[in-house]
Amino acid sequence: MQFVNGRQRVGYDAGFRKWAGTGTAFTREKIGLCLKTEKGLWVMKHIAIGILGAATLGVMASAASASTLDDVKAKGFIQCGVSTGLAGFSAPDDKGDWQGIDADFCRAVAAAVFGDGSKVKFTPLSAKERFTALQSGEIDILSRNTTWTINRDTALGLNFIGVTYYDGQGFMINAKKLPGVNSALQLSGAAVCVQSGTTTELNLADYFKSNKMEYNPVVFEKLEEVNAAYDAGRCDVYTTDQSGLYGIRLTLAAPADHVVLPEIISKEPLGPAVRQGDDQWYHIVKWTYFALLQAEELGITKANVEEMKTSENPEIKRVLGQEADTKIGTDLGVSNDWVVNIVKAVGNYGELFERNVGSGSPLKIARGINALWTKGGLQYAPPIR
Amino acid sequence: MASQEILREEPSRGSFVNDPKVRSLFFQALVVVLLVAGVWWIAQNVIANLTRLHIASGFGFLKGRAGFDISERAIAYSSDSTYGRAILVGLINTIIVAVVGIITATIIGFIVGIGRLSQNWLIRKICTVYVEVFRNIPPLLVIFFWYSGVLAVLPPPRDSINLPFSSFLNQRGFYFPRAVWGDGSWLIFVALLVGIAMAWFVARKARQRQMATGQQFPVFWTSTALIVGLPLLAYALSGFPLSFDYPKQSTFNLTGGFQVSPEFLSLYLALSCYTAAFIAEIVRAGIRGVSKGQTEAAAALGLRSGSILRLVVVPQAMRIVIPPLTSQYLNLTKNSSLAIAIGYPDLTATAGTVLNQTGQAVEGVLIMMAVYLALSLVTSAVMNVVNARMALVER
Repeated sequence: MQFVNGRQRVGYDAGFRKWAGTGTAFTREKIGLCLKTEKGLWVMKHIAIGILGAATLGVMASAASASTLDDVKAKGFIQCGVSTGLAGFSAPDDKGDWQGIDADFCRAVAAAVFGDGSKVKFTPLSAKERFTALQSGEIDILSRNTTWTINRDTALGLNFIGVTYYDGQGFMINAKKLPGVNSALQLSGAAVCVQSGTTTELNLADYFKSNKMEYNPVVFEKLEEVNAAYDAGRCDVYTTDQSGLYGIRLTLAAPADHVVLPEIISKEPLGPAVRQGDDQWYHIVKWTYFALLQAEELGITKANVEEMKTSENPEIKRVLGQEADTKIGTDLGVSNDWVVNIVKAVGNYGELFERNVGSGSPLKIARGINALWTKGGLQYAPPIR
Repeated sequence: MASQEILREEPSRGSFVNDPKVRSLFFQALVVVLLVAGVWWIAQNVIANLTRLHIASGFGFLKGRAGFDISERAIAYSSDSTYGRAILVGLINTIIVAVVGIITATIIGFIVGIGRLSQNWLIRKICTVYVEVFRNIPPLLVIFFWYSGVLAVLPPPRDSINLPFSSFLNQRGFYFPRAVWGDGSWLIFVALLVGIAMAWFVARKARQRQMATGQQFPVFWTSTALIVGLPLLAYALSGFPLSFDYPKQSTFNLTGGFQVSPEFLSLYLALSCYTAAFIAEIVRAGIRGVSKGQTEAAAALGLRSGSILRLVVVPQAMRIVIPPLTSQYLNLTKNSSLAIAIGYPDLTATAGTVLNQTGQAVEGVLIMMAVYLALSLVTSAVMNVVNARMALVER
C-alpha cells in the first residue's frame, strides 16, 4: 500500500501496526493462542464504530438527552468529524493541523461557543463511518464534505444546517493514457474508481444506467485507497465531487496528465450536519454558518473586525453584538460577541473559501455559484436580528 | 459401607434448600432468566433510543432499491436490485473466496507440512522458510503484498502479458477464454458423472479383490481413463458443441472471456498462503504424533515409504489433524473480511455499504454477525462429521 497523504496515512499506519503487532508473537507453543488473537481484528476495527454506535445507543440511554451544548462546554472542546484527507476541505497539513473549509467551519463553531477557535478535536472518518459516528454521539458536528439528501435528513436522524459548498459530481481521466476521450459519454466499458457509501456511488450507477453504458466499479472504503488505485492504473476513471477531483489531482504522481471531464452529473450540496432532536445545538451550528455569510456581506473581515466594532452602521453593530442590551447571542446560547469571535478565528465565508479552495490555495477553484447572492451566487443568509 | 448409607439417607434428611439437584436447577434457571432479561433490556433500550433519535429501524430496508453496483457478482444483480440481494451477492463472494481458499490452503499446507519432514535438506529448509515467513506476518500485510506488491505493478491492459491458451495477465486482473456450451453439451456432463461413478465402482471392486485375493489392480489409470475418456467421447459424439469466448482489447479494458479481478486474486492467494503455513504445522504435528513404531512395523512388513505414508501414517495423523484444521478453516473464512482493505465486494463490504446508505447500523451489524456465525457453524458441523468418520473406532 502506498502512503499517499503524508500525515493522515502515517497515523493510520501506526494504528494498523499496533494491532498487527498482536499477530507477530507466534511461537510454536502458542499456536492455540494465535488462533484466538488472529480473529478478524481488521473487521473489528472496521465495524467498531458500528458496534460502538449500537452499544452507545443501547446502554447510554440518557447521554444524548443532555444538551449537546452542555456536553461540549463540560468537556471543553468540540469533537468534529472530518474526512480522512481531502485537500481544501479537511486534510492535515505538514504540521498535522487540519486545514480546509470543513475543518475551519468547526473552528468557527468553537469560536462561537468558547470564544476560541482552537478548541476543536478532529476525528477522521471514512464515508461509511461518518453517520454512525454522529448518531452515536462520538462527534458533535459532522463537517465532512457530505451531501445533503432527504434520506439523510429524515431516515438517518441527522439535520443538515445548510450548504457550505455547492458542488456537483464529475469525472477525471488520465488524458495521456486515453487521448481520445473528452466526454463522460465516451466512458462505456471503463473501470471506474469510487469511494463506497457515498452519494457519488449511487449517482454513478444512475448516470451509466440512464445513458445505457456499461462500467466496472472499483470500490474502496478509504479515499487514499481510491487515490492509490487510480494512480496505479487499476481504473480508467475517477469519480467524485468536482472540487474533490481538483484536490485529488494535486496529490497524484503527475497532476498535469489528468483532466476533469466537463460533465457534471449531479447536485452535491455539501454541508455540515448535527444530530436530530437538539434544536439549540442545531441553531448554534446553523447560525455560525449564516454569521460567516453575513460577515462577508457586511465586509467584516479578520483584519478589520476590531475597528468594525466601533462602526456606526446599525446592522454591523447588531451583528457584532455592540447594540445596547442585545440578547441575540445569549438567546442562541453563546456570548453576545459570538460573530466577532467567529470572524477573528477563521475570517468571513469569502476569506475561508479563498484561503482553502480559492485563489489563495493550490486548488484555485473559482467562487462560481458559491458567491454571495449579491454577486450572483447562491450563498444567502437570513438576517441576524 | 458407611459412606453409601450416608448418601442414601441424605435426600430425606437434608432440607429442600440443601438439595444439590434443586440448587443446581435453581441457579441454572436464574442464569437463563438473567440472560433473557439482559438481552430484552438491551433490545428495548436500542429500540427506544433509535425512536428517540429519529433513526429508522427494523429490517424493512432490505426490500429497498440498492442503487449501487457491485463489480463481482455470481448471481444476477444490478443497481435496481434490493439491499437484501446486495448483501446476498456479498455473502456469495465471501463463500467463493472461502471455499477456494480452504481447498488451496489445504493442498499447499499438506505439501509443505510433509515437506518439512522430508529427508531432503533443501526441501525441508524451503518448507521451513515458507512456514516461518507466512506464519509470522499479519494476513492483512500478505494481502497488501499480493495486491500492491505483485498485481498492481503488472502492465496496463494495453500491454497485457500473453500467457498460453489465449489468457492474459495485466493490472486489471487475469483473463482467460470462457467456455461457451452449445447444444447437446449436457451429454458431456452426464458422461463426466458416469465416469466418476464408474471410477468409484472400480476402486471398490479392486479393493474387495485385493482384500480377498491379494491381487492388485491399476485403479489410478483405469479411473483416469474413465473420468477423462468418457467426456471426450461424449464431446465427439455430440458433434463438438464447445466453443470459446476469447478476451480481446477494447477502448479501456480487455472484454469478453472470463475475468478474475486482482482484488479476488490477491485475497485468495494471500488467505491461501497465510493459512497454509498454519495447516503445514498442524500436519507436521499430526505426522510426528504417530508413533515411530507404526512406521517401523510397516517397513518391517515390506511396505515402501510412499505406501507407509499413505496407508499407515496419514490415516492416523488425520485424527490429530482434523480438529485444529477446523479452526484454521474458520479463521480463513473470517479473515476473508479483510477484503475490505482492497475493495473485494465480500459480505463485510456490501453489508457495510448497505449499512451506510440506509443508516441502519444496528441491523447491518446484526446481519453480518449472524451470517458469519452461521458460516462458521456450518463449517464446524461439516468438519465434525468428517472427524467422526476418521475417529478411532473402538471395538
